[in-house]
Amino acid sequence: MAKPDHLQFFIDPGRCIGCQACVQACTECDTHRGTSMIHLEFIERGRSVQTVPVVCMHCEQPTCAEVCPADAIKRTGDGIVQSARKPRCIACGNCVLACPFGVPEVYEDRQIMMKCDMCYDRTSVGKKPMCATVCPSQALFFGTLEQIEQLRPRSAPLNRFRFGAQTITTRVHIMIPRGDAGRGDGLDVSGALQKHPGSRAPRTSQPGTVADRAVEQDPFEEISL
Amino acid sequence: MATVPVDDRQIIRRYGPHLSSMAGVRLSTSVEPERLVKTHCCFCGQQCGLQLKVRDNQVIGFEPWEEFPFNRGMLCPKGIKRYLQGSHPDRLTTALRRDPADPHGFRAVPYEEGVRATAEALARIQQSHGPAAVGVLGGASLTTEKTYLLGKFARVCLQTPFIDYNGRLCMVSAGAANKKAFGIDRTTNPWSDMVGTEVIWVAGSNVAECSPITTNYLWQAREQGARLIMQDPRITPAARTCDLYLPVKPGRDAALFAGVLALMIENGWVDEEFIATRTVGFDQVAAYCRDWTPARTAEVTGVPERSIRQAAEWWGQARSSFLFHARGIEHHSNGVQNALGTINLVLASGRIGKPKCGYGTIVGQGNGQGGREHGQKADQLPGWRDIANPEHRRHIAGVWGIDEKDLPGPGVDAYELFRKIDAGEIRGLISICFNPKVSLPDSGFITRCLEKLDFYAAIDFFLNDTAWHADVVLPGSLHEEDEGTVTQVEGRVIKINKAVECPGEAREDWRVLQDLAAALGRPHGFTFRNPREIFEELRRASKGGVADYSGITYEKIERQMGVFWPCYSEDPETGQSVADHPGTPRLFEPGSFNPVARGAGPFYFPDGKARFNVAEYRPPVDDAGGDYPIYLTTGRVVSQFLSGTQTRRIGPLVDQYPEPRLEIHPRLAEKLGIRDGDWATVETRRASMTLRALVAATIRPDTVFVPYHWPGPKSVNRLTVAAQDPISKIPQYKVCGCRVRRAEGPPSEIAGLEPQQ
Repeated sequence: MAKPDHLQFFIDPGRCIGCQACVQACTECDTHRGTSMIHLEFIERGRSVQTVPVVCMHCEQPTCAEVCPADAIKRTGDGIVQSARKPRCIACGNCVLACPFGVPEVYEDRQIMMKCDMCYDRTSVGKKPMCATVCPSQALFFGTLEQIEQLRPRSAPLNRFRFGAQTITTRVHIMIPRGDAGRGDGLDVSGALQKHPGSRAPRTSQPGTVADRAVEQDPFEEISL
Repeated sequence: MATVPVDDRQIIRRYGPHLSSMAGVRLSTSVEPERLVKTHCCFCGQQCGLQLKVRDNQVIGFEPWEEFPFNRGMLCPKGIKRYLQGSHPDRLTTALRRDPADPHGFRAVPYEEGVRATAEALARIQQSHGPAAVGVLGGASLTTEKTYLLGKFARVCLQTPFIDYNGRLCMVSAGAANKKAFGIDRTTNPWSDMVGTEVIWVAGSNVAECSPITTNYLWQAREQGARLIMQDPRITPAARTCDLYLPVKPGRDAALFAGVLALMIENGWVDEEFIATRTVGFDQVAAYCRDWTPARTAEVTGVPERSIRQAAEWWGQARSSFLFHARGIEHHSNGVQNALGTINLVLASGRIGKPKCGYGTIVGQGNGQGGREHGQKADQLPGWRDIANPEHRRHIAGVWGIDEKDLPGPGVDAYELFRKIDAGEIRGLISICFNPKVSLPDSGFITRCLEKLDFYAAIDFFLNDTAWHADVVLPGSLHEEDEGTVTQVEGRVIKINKAVECPGEAREDWRVLQDLAAALGRPHGFTFRNPREIFEELRRASKGGVADYSGITYEKIERQMGVFWPCYSEDPETGQSVADHPGTPRLFEPGSFNPVARGAGPFYFPDGKARFNVAEYRPPVDDAGGDYPIYLTTGRVVSQFLSGTQTRRIGPLVDQYPEPRLEIHPRLAEKLGIRDGDWATVETRRASMTLRALVAATIRPDTVFVPYHWPGPKSVNRLTVAAQDPISKIPQYKVCGCRVRRAEGPPSEIAGLEPQQ
């Protein structure tokens, strides 16, 4: 079976509370039991509690597959980029170097690249991915575009990302404030990284709120020691 | 007598904590479960629904339960990995007797011998020193059936007044304030009332780590336009993007509420009609608040004046609102006053008892709500009845088939119970699912008290740190090994279902209590055959009480996926039998009836009106100052639970946060010469500990934070103060004075230990 086409995956870093329920749930997936294919990044713990869950973005033209010398990375007809195929993967790490989102990992003990396959064992039979099911703040959401528009009226999904001259369209959407969503050319990720060199992911803010208050402004500045 | 029998490293070597991880059948992708058991998480008061995968009498995994209305399949890391505690190598499967000659301090004995030895010791103490020489400590993680039976066991079988429970460390400030203001102690609204409200005020609650599922309700509300006000000395994950952050100095919450209410009164942002017709006592509160000018409030609380004004404006002018709080404002020697301060804001706004308007207190432990309603609290009988009230005593004595004069009177709080041990008044102790050596403040004193006991028996499924001192340990039951009910944060009574049988000679806790009653020669009233029979008696006992469960049945819980109490079997207004009362999700709706007001109004007082109470600010006992200039505050991390008896045995949860860290602001760290990852020593007026620093700009620069889930040298409760609230008796965990200095390295006793220990 294939993943139903109308069901999409959405990531909303503004909602992420850093609890790692997604990481723990991912280790329960039947295709890679005990190992998590999702990572949780603290953007800059010394200054903020902002975290971002990192899953495979399932690119329409996956760079990881394009650079794979062994042709081990396959994209299914329903748009899911799979982990490397065991008989083919030579664990060279090209995919790791090439992926602009920093997703694939080579597991030295198994000599294979593994990454998130959007819980294909679950999504291909109509279930949600485990991480999106359990996420207690619903920073990870799996459903239809209509559902997300109804549930998140102040946010908008975005799935075009620019890395310098490369523009990538993905099956996974990032939720951004609706006011910022009008840009048809997508999110300039490398530009954001240059602006905030210490960061490993683009900043997003919760709609209608003071964004990243702890990072932008010290609420404790008036406290003397 | 009850000193630790051998070197504690030997006990740890045998009884853990050892780490359970995914291995064997739990790692296999080809093994199918025989069945899925719908039940709930065994940890916090959210009590999320989930399904356990069971095969060969073993829990081998979990599957989300997306139909359960509270959490819709969502879980935090603890809920996901809870299944790893089953079939754990540390699981107690036999009774143990203390034996200093054994290399590990205890020897396994037949279960019957453990029960007989316990009964003989308790009987001997009571014959020599009277019934009150034995104390009983319960747990708020037990099912309501077990807490009911434990209260009955203490008062009917042991005939001691001295029973209390670890909910004393959790909900009691909120409960006492609720009772003083509303006449009933329950969160007033289902959490779904948050979605669609205009403003949400969260006071002292790190929801992202302590009750993560609540965060989704917050985020949903914000998507619908709600403003979020967060009050906390730390920028918690939920506070990161809030609309207004109130960086309150630890222990100053009542002052903040008084200052906000003063501005609401001054600007006419109060609901005068509601105050006049539905409440009493407003004038005294207004008079008290008058002195709390924004400038004075800002000076005392550390919250900038502009933020206080903004909070008053948003809260005061809203048409709908929700306020909830947790231990951050309750764990104080002024905890009840702090909680009353929030209630005054709610009552003054008039926004209660209607959709999208509410007030809530977040339960910490799994059954913090049900566990305090039915008789294991020092001053309460089942159904929230008052143990000092003759009419209430008669009702319960009737249900229990005893003479009212044989029912003991009120006991003392859990900490005072230890003071009675210290004074030699209590000489025998029996505890169940309570780990006071780690969880009570100034825990060095608790250890000394345990060493003074003539006899101590612990009922538990792992050998917790307190049970190291036991003469006898009786193997009880894990959450998935028994059935029963619990009451979660919203007041929803839900059903825990049995997934597997107890291993070895372990028994369901209610069987252990009944076996003890039989061995003591007092089996009358302790011959239940299953939890359902206990629940049926509990229904009768609670009938007509404030916490009326009489209309709740196991079948109704399963049909409705939970029943909110009160739920009547008999219409309290007409006395007519009610066929199928649905329960009461939202309290205090106009026209609602309750057995106290009897039609006079929605609040649980004879006149039906809510009470304003002067919520007086008092500085904390053992405040920062002098040689101890920094505030020390304590709390939780998301992957650990309470004293860690369970979570420190689950490998993936330990990996996530293996040891406590000292959270310290970069400016304070720089002043003290401490860098991120350095070892630092924190010292209070009682003790000191050395741990690694986490330097982060997410805490007030005058405050440091240490999580409390670890024992021994990693236990911050050796440092905290035993000051208690005069009404609720909750300890002041959330503030004491400390000093901090850089350390050259870990102390030797820590350097030799595994991280999880």
